[in-house]
Amino acid sequence: MQKPKLALYWAASCGGCEIAVLDIQEKILDVANTFDIVFWPVAMDFKYDDVRKMDDKSIDICLFNGAIRNSENEEIAHLLRQKSKTLIAFGSCAYEGGIPGLANLSSKEEMLNFVYKESPSTISVDNGFPKTHYNVQEGEIEIPELYDYVKPLKDVVAVDYYIPGCPPQPEQIWKVIEYILSGQPLPPTGSILGAGDKTCCDECPRERKEKKIKKFYRPFEIIPNPDECLLDQGIICMGPATRSGCGALCVKANVPCRGCYGAPPNCLDQGSKMISALSSVIDAHSPEEIGQVLDTIADPIGTFYRFSLAYSILKRRDIQ
Amino acid sequence: MSFEPKIIGFLCNWCSYSGADLAGVSRIKSAPNVRVIRTMCSGRVDPTFILKAFQLGADGVVVMGCHPGDCHYQEGNYKTMRRIPFLKRIIKDFGIEQERLRLEWVSASEGDIYAKVVNEFTEEIRKLGPIKHPSCKVKLEKVLGG
Ligand code: SF4
Ligand code: SF4
Ligand code: SF4
Ligand code: FES
Repeated sequence: MQKPKLALYWAASCGGCEIAVLDIQEKILDVANTFDIVFWPVAMDFKYDDVRKMDDKSIDICLFNGAIRNSENEEIAHLLRQKSKTLIAFGSCAYEGGIPGLANLSSKEEMLNFVYKESPSTISVDNGFPKTHYNVQEGEIEIPELYDYVKPLKDVVAVDYYIPGCPPQPEQIWKVIEYILSGQPLPPTGSILGAGDKTCCDECPRERKEKKIKKFYRPFEIIPNPDECLLDQGIICMGPATRSGCGALCVKANVPCRGCYGAPPNCLDQGSKMISALSSVIDAHSPEEIGQVLDTIADPIGTFYRFSLAYSILKRRDIQ
Repeated sequence: MSFEPKIIGFLCNWCSYSGADLAGVSRIKSAPNVRVIRTMCSGRVDPTFILKAFQLGADGVVVMGCHPGDCHYQEGNYKTMRRIPFLKRIIKDFGIEQERLRLEWVSASEGDIYAKVVNEFTEEIRKLGPIKHPSCKVKLEKVLGG
């Protein structure tokens, strides 16, 4: 019997999702034995043209990580959609824009100016600035165009499934692969795979009491008690606004959840879920007092939408 | 064509909705720009509802509830008292004017205050103009009809 064909791709990605695939450890050999890996730029020497030559829908499963940030990301997303039976948005960036999505708080110009001119560590000798076309002796070079905004994969092509996490946890990746290989009927299109249907708090072993918070602390400002709920101690922990699935990994390491598994089920907007959760636990009963407590939260938008900004209701800052 | 602000008003059932009703019964004139959505308590107004209202094209959102201490569910409006300023900070970070979101306490006997709030808010939004955020392009007419 012919082996099912597997493709892996990275768009606007940090590479962590690729490492996560390797982190399934010796099981990677099972993957290599079970699948015919037909495209995996980070690990094997394939070219885009090899994919273009494939028949439509000839790839059985494509794990796509990274957000859509430039014209190349989008072009390959379309190509892989065309060639794949099942396209899976793999990891927070592909699912919801992820960390790159935070760029939606700045304009492209602000960003390019900072990186190529203004940042203290930049010495711009020739006022170099990225261009999409450049002439050299050998001919014209073309590089992809940076988009104004970061988009999740689903904004450019139809996505069959989502595997959340930054990066997805290896056990969860393996479970998904096993499930697909088992030949059981696949869940409805659009489902989230490799995660739970509760919140991170439901997987957290810490002891919770009634919360009454008068001041929020940043993690470096306080040494947290290892057994008590971090939020009870005034540390912003995204647990109540985050989907279960990782096993409360960070919290078990004494670090607050940053929300990488995305919004819990039936929640349209992770940030507003967090606002709702925090509003219930702030111990203040007048506008002045409330203002003072809110002042102790550093970077609310970047904290509550750290991974999901590009996927949220408003998606980006209005840059006028 | 002149700009008519589209405003969504979330009114708590026990106080503010009755206040709005009283304004009507007493024939106090108030701007027709507020589309009222009745909720059991101002504390039921999930921040998502408000963001969704803006996304669907509301130019302003006003949440009205019982005065502090008078909430039918005791603590509900204290939650609201924290949520709205919290959300105002967030919408500002998204590039939406904070003034487009407003919180008011209106009791069942304050029909006049209801009308005053509605009239003032409508004029304030008229000055701000239509919502401009790129994610808020859907026309509210399409959703609500008319
Ligand atoms: S989801 Fe996280 S690990 Fe994966 S590419 Fe994005 S930033 Fe990297
Ligand atoms: S808020 Fe954080 S620390 Fe507290 S129970 Fe939830 S996940 Fe655990
Ligand atoms: S605890 Fe939160 S941030 Fe950490 S892996 Fe789990 S979902 Fe992601
Ligand atoms: S019942 Fe009116 S604000 Fe709670």
